[in-house]
Order: sequence, then C-alpha cells, then structure tokens
Amino acid sequence: MKLLYFAWVRERVGKAEEQVDPPAGVVTVGELMAWLAQRNEQYAYAFENAKVIRAAVDHRHVRSDAAIAGAGEIAFFPPMTGG
Amino acid sequence: MISTIRLQGEAFDATAETEGMTRGRTDIGAVVTFTGLCRADENGKPIASLTLEHYSGMAEAEIARHVEEASARWPLLGVTVIHRYGRIIPGEGIVLVVTASSHREAAFAAASFLMDYLKTRAPFWKQVQTVAGTAWVDAKTADDLAAKRWSALPSRREAAK
Repeated sequence: MKLLYFAWVRERVGKAEEQVDPPAGVVTVGELMAWLAQRNEQYAYAFENAKVIRAAVDHRHVRSDAAIAGAGEIAFFPPMTGG
Repeated sequence: MISTIRLQGEAFDATAETEGMTRGRTDIGAVVTFTGLCRADENGKPIASLTLEHYSGMAEAEIARHVEEASARWPLLGVTVIHRYGRIIPGEGIVLVVTASSHREAAFAAASFLMDYLKTRAPFWKQVQTVAGTAWVDAKTADDLAAKRWSALPSRREAAK
C-alpha cells in the first residue's frame, strides 16, 4: 500500500511517500503506526506521540481503530492548521 | 446550488468572486464573504511569511464534503471556497469563503460552519518563516471547540430521516 506523510511527520520520516507491505498481523491504522515506529529511529521519532497524529484512508479522515485492509492510500499528518 | 472549490498558489480577488456568484441573479438576497488574511505575527512574534502545505486530492474532497454538508443544513444558493497553498506574505489572503442565500441567517451560519471545518478538517499545514528559522504552527484548541459546536445540531438531511 502507498503511504503519504505531511508537515512535520514528513520531515521526521524523511520522505513524502513510500510503498510498504506490512505483515498480516497489522490490521488497523494504529497498528500500522506502531509497526512503522519500530522500523528505525526516524520513524520512532515521527510516531513517538501517535495519539496526536491524524490519519486518512483514501482521502477520508479515520480513527486509529480503522482497518487498513483494501486501502489504496494511507496518509499520516499532524493536526491541521489551514483556514 | 452552485459551488466552486479551488486550491491555488496565486492570490484571489474576493470582489470578483462575489460578483461572479451574484451576477444575473435576482433570487439571492444575502451574500457573506469571509477572507482569512496572513498576519505579520504568530504568537506575538514577527514572521516574514507563511508556507502552506496541503494534501492534494484529499483537500479538494474534504472541502467538497463540507460544502455538501453546509448545503444540507442551510438553504444555500451558492458557495465558493478558495484556499491557497505555497508561500504567502503578511497582508495577503489565505482563504476565501463566499456563501449566498435568500436571507442572511443561512449565509452567515454556512460561512461560519465552513470556516470552522476548514480550520480543523481540511488537510493544510502552516509553517512560519521568521528570523529565527522555520516552525510549524500548532493547532489551536479554540479552533477544535469552534468546530465541535456544529456537531450538536442535526443537519436538515439527518432531521428528515
């Protein structure tokens, strides 16, 4: 699946997007964040306070308990500050 | 209901957008225009400019969903939302919301609703440039509270179920 990162999540991860293939046990958005966090120091820093990070699946806001099965594009980003 | 949603790097002309919405129409009795401007300070500290990052694709979709929600709640005759991205300097417009209806109550309420949701749900992130460097702007609790007040009210669509 395709992952996208924005704002300081993007800066901490060090890339704007990537393709990943998480193991079968990773079922929810929250579990995906936990799996990403253990990849290396950069991901650990980006996701160290996972509660503040927002997620979207296929352009829709979702909560951390949302399932990732069938997702085409998952995005992680800080709380929004537009307007 | 005619709606226009645009994301753009360049400046917008609020007067021209309003005139475009009402030209040739005799059913519109009220137009509310909100323009959000870039201030020269953030948290009391001077800034040189703002840079807005956005999630292309989702930003358009999310704004469209809120425009649809606004038109389900209030009898609107027109909605325009323009949001800029990229570098913006103090004094320039960041966001424009124009709402039109037969009467003022719907136009005022819908403009306020759309702005509250744009602040908290539209995927944009502000970064400020100052003499000390760059910094991401923190989300404000007051904006979350402003958006939450609308969730207590059922929409016309839900009320009709």
